[in-house]
Amino acid sequence: MILLTLNPISFFRAMPGACAQGLLWGIMALGVYITFRLLDFADLTVDGSLATGAAVAVMLIRAGVNPWLSLLAAFVAGMLAGMVTGLLHTALGIPGILSSILTQISLYSINLNIMGKSNQAVGVDKYKLVVSSRYISGDSLTQIMFYGGTILGCIVLVGVLYCYFGTEQGQAIRATGCNMSMAKAQGINTNFHTVLALMISNGLVGLCGGLYAQYQGAADVNMGRGAIVIGLAAVIIGEVLFGKFCAGRKMAFAFTMISVIVGAVVYYVVMAFVTWLKILPSEDTKLFSAVVVAVFLSIPYLKEKYSKKGAAKS
Amino acid sequence: MSDVTTGYALELRNIHKTFNPGTINEKVALDGVNLQLEDGDFVTIIGGNGAGKSTTLNAIAGVWPVNQGSIIIGGTDVTSLPEHKRARFLGRVFQDPMTGTAKTMSIEENMAIAARRGKSRKLKWGVTKEEKERYKEMLKTLDLGLEDRLTTKVGLLSGGQRQAVTLLMASLQKPNLLLLDEHTAALDPKTAAKVLELSDKIIEGNHLTAMMVTHNMKDAIHHGNRLIMMHEGRIIYDVRGEEKQKLHVSDLLTKFEEVSGGEFANDRMMLS
Repeated sequence: MILLTLNPISFFRAMPGACAQGLLWGIMALGVYITFRLLDFADLTVDGSLATGAAVAVMLIRAGVNPWLSLLAAFVAGMLAGMVTGLLHTALGIPGILSSILTQISLYSINLNIMGKSNQAVGVDKYKLVVSSRYISGDSLTQIMFYGGTILGCIVLVGVLYCYFGTEQGQAIRATGCNMSMAKAQGINTNFHTVLALMISNGLVGLCGGLYAQYQGAADVNMGRGAIVIGLAAVIIGEVLFGKFCAGRKMAFAFTMISVIVGAVVYYVVMAFVTWLKILPSEDTKLFSAVVVAVFLSIPYLKEKYSKKGAAKS
Repeated sequence: MSDVTTGYALELRNIHKTFNPGTINEKVALDGVNLQLEDGDFVTIIGGNGAGKSTTLNAIAGVWPVNQGSIIIGGTDVTSLPEHKRARFLGRVFQDPMTGTAKTMSIEENMAIAARRGKSRKLKWGVTKEEKERYKEMLKTLDLGLEDRLTTKVGLLSGGQRQAVTLLMASLQKPNLLLLDEHTAALDPKTAAKVLELSDKIIEGNHLTAMMVTHNMKDAIHHGNRLIMMHEGRIIYDVRGEEKQKLHVSDLLTKFEEVSGGEFANDRMMLS
């Protein structure tokens, strides 16, 4: 009965926004992928560094800096945040997840200091922003430019990361994340490469923050809250949907990164769908995403447990 | 790091290591180890559980700092160097086949990482075309069919295959010293024999200086030119050359019972 009251058109109206958000958050999800999967480090810094990137970008734009340049600054700010987490962990011996929580909490204060208050706006009318939600409701040329540009940007980013992780330095990061004993035995400075990976990851998250602030026309000190969950959701959705497709083929790593970005898009489309169904009050969306992530993270574990039991019986 | 003139490939001077000092779990693991290896020495190390065999290898590799003494590899005092900086002197193969390789990376990537042991990692392409050819040739010599699987993830290989690849990796950049830490203990007897044979081949072919910890006394006698027995953190028996070749397992058992006062009967060395 409820279904009859739903208007399909309103769902389709929500699609462009959902896709745009997904593409932008895909950059953040790539950052999460680097720490969570490549480095095997649960990095919660991102909840803070996303807002840091946003705050830096917005304040610079308001000060008259070119919006493109402000993104570079957002990237660097994110890298610095990642460096702090990395040094707390490697130089001071604080457990990784705790280091990242300490950075995340301190970033809350830092972000407030950068902005001077909890929220700062950048109007698309006043500044020539790189991305804006206004562009997706503009004329078709603007729309094509927006989506084309964003998708192209994502592909270029994947290309750069693909090449980087194929270099000696990128391989050293992957070896550090995969097997620290092996990395050390092969002369890799695991501390240095851990910090480096955290910097790259949080740089991407900061970049996403800068872009997303421009997209929604404001930076908010709370905009990164729960970002890690969205990032993880994107990584896991990407793996579940395209894991088999990516495995074993040439350039599998590039396809995996693309699937992470697509995962972020799927996440926002599903969220839009759930919101449209009206089965989920908007205040429950975070609970919903957390449950989804928890379920998918537990599947590999439960699968193994189940299959072991089966093997023991036979 | 300072240069010291010694004619030895490795010199251990009075090495002491105590784990968990001042606690109820305090354990003196190395209690004054002195050892000098000539260039080209291949030493096998035996001893009961907790005798300090693997601990000696870990002390050399720098897994943790020692409490006292100095470690000199090829004339360089490495005592104060961290593990990753000592790596350029050392090739290492571990007991657990999972430890020596990165399972999510391909065979060629693992080998390329090993080929750059001790060098700084730059923004250059990680595996070059020439390298791929070279690795292919090297893998062919293993006779495990790995030469056509350069891009296979190492995680898909068997334990024996992984140990074989790790051995190759250890010799890609000729090390001053090869450390084999019970590297066949986790393998089935047939695979273990094959990996051991490969170890001999690589050590001889590259004229390496090597140390091999083993629980198998027969292997300890039949491989290498020198044999060391350890007990309670000290070297208690050191035999080389012809005298070593003439050893029998029973000689080693007698020797061991002498020092351990019969407790050896319970040791798993008995079984081998």
